[in-house]
Amino acid sequence: MNWDMAAQAGIWALEILAIAVPVALSVAYITYFERRVIGWVQVRKGCNRVGWAGLLQPLADGLKLVLKETIIPTTSNKYLFIAAPIISLMPALVAFAVVPFGETTLFGLWDVMHSMSMSNLNVGLLYIMAISSLSIYGVLMAGWASNSKYPFMGAMRATCQMISYEISMGFGLVTVMMLAGSLNLTDIVQAQAGGLLHWYMIPLFPMLIVYFISGCAETARTPFDLVETEELVSGYYTEYSGMWFATFSLAEYAAMILISLMTSILFLGGWYAPIPALDFIPGTVWLLGKTAFLIFVFIWFRATFPRYRYDQMMRLGWKVFLPWTLAWIAVVGIFIYTPGLDSIINFWMPWR
Amino acid sequence: MLETVFFNLFAGLSILSAMGVVLARNTMHSVMFLIFCFFNAAGLFFLLDAEFIGIIMILIYVGAVMVLFTFVVMMLEIHTARLREGFLQYLPMGGLIAIVLMIEFIGAATSGVFSSGDMATAEHLPQSVNNTVEIGQILYTQYLLGFEIAAIILLVALIGAIVLTLRTRKDAKYQKISAQVNVRKEDRMRKVRM
Repeated sequence: MNWDMAAQAGIWALEILAIAVPVALSVAYITYFERRVIGWVQVRKGCNRVGWAGLLQPLADGLKLVLKETIIPTTSNKYLFIAAPIISLMPALVAFAVVPFGETTLFGLWDVMHSMSMSNLNVGLLYIMAISSLSIYGVLMAGWASNSKYPFMGAMRATCQMISYEISMGFGLVTVMMLAGSLNLTDIVQAQAGGLLHWYMIPLFPMLIVYFISGCAETARTPFDLVETEELVSGYYTEYSGMWFATFSLAEYAAMILISLMTSILFLGGWYAPIPALDFIPGTVWLLGKTAFLIFVFIWFRATFPRYRYDQMMRLGWKVFLPWTLAWIAVVGIFIYTPGLDSIINFWMPWR
Repeated sequence: MLETVFFNLFAGLSILSAMGVVLARNTMHSVMFLIFCFFNAAGLFFLLDAEFIGIIMILIYVGAVMVLFTFVVMMLEIHTARLREGFLQYLPMGGLIAIVLMIEFIGAATSGVFSSGDMATAEHLPQSVNNTVEIGQILYTQYLLGFEIAAIILLVALIGAIVLTLRTRKDAKYQKISAQVNVRKEDRMRKVRM
């Protein structure tokens, strides 16, 4: 063990903290934001008592959850019951390792731009897909280990839902890969440089919709929250209490942030400004701004739409989104390889 | 040096978790061990610079195949007494398979192919070599025929599975969402002059 390795380990630890701590904090304040926005939509106040304009409410909630007793049912499978929240939180946080938050020369210290991600993985997009497909296990384990009928049914529903929507999500991303010619998230953003018209939301608009709504279903947010409906008490985490319960919602909100970040990176030009003249504002601000807007859209959905019934949700995933994505892959493929048409699509494929 | 440490870590953990799969009494625990085993196998692929295969390993095996396994195993009986009922009945066949596998493994281990240490930690490729591009190029040129045959077989299996499970029930009522959405005011309402 020499000093280089120690320094590298220290930098990694700092990088992990620099991502995990803001994610945890923003989760706390997204719950506040959500309550205020839903209150605003429904013409009421929302939480406004603790602190100025209710700003300390998330801290009060957190404190309450920590102080509550964690109850472990006697008939549950102890190991898996305790492991389940951790299993569901882990993928939600680990996925952030490859997310590029912008490009920087570190105030002129480096000659070339470096991507602001912990690991600039060549297969970054696949990594995100692989890791987010793991979040099912936390739900499955929680439902099974609780050894109780409502959590079990919630877990079954969650699994069906996540498997179904993962497919259309993955196929939607194939079109992005086709246009960007890379699985590296930094490359994908760089392929969208040059203003609003170059963003992938223009040629891939149906895929943007499919990806975002599938993301909504993956994170089990309202219209797709039949995983945790009232008829199942509260779905797979019925038996959980205190901090373990909070861990599940932490994972859910972290996944929501991740989906919003990925949508902005893949379809909304990442850290680029809509018009190049606005590039003086730092890229990270743009990326986080787009993400914040998409999180707002998530909350807006929640305040607007009624819940899907189970068969309607399955129909949407398999009979609407899957054919859309398959058709769009064919459309993009035909455009890329037909002489004459390729000059149109080449506008979005600068690397070609 | 660090690489050897990681190799031993991943290899050791995958052997331990594979043993866990067989030895765990609870089927759900077996499934979890198997998932952990796949993770370590993916880690081994990463050490060999095969990051594409490593990620696909997690995406397909852990993210899809094992979810279906878990789904089925969740419904199984977990009382060990009942699980042991057919133990003697299956012992000869299971024992035979175990012996054959054992002989094969010993044969492979003593053949000398795996005895040199450099098999585990191969020469590293430069950063510029993109795994995905390399695999794509070789798969769609040299091995195109095999790849397409595999794809067709998978497609046939897919359609076969759908055909086997598809049954339309005449007595069940289905919702036609497009018809519902297309309903206009005139279809349902009638203005009556009193």
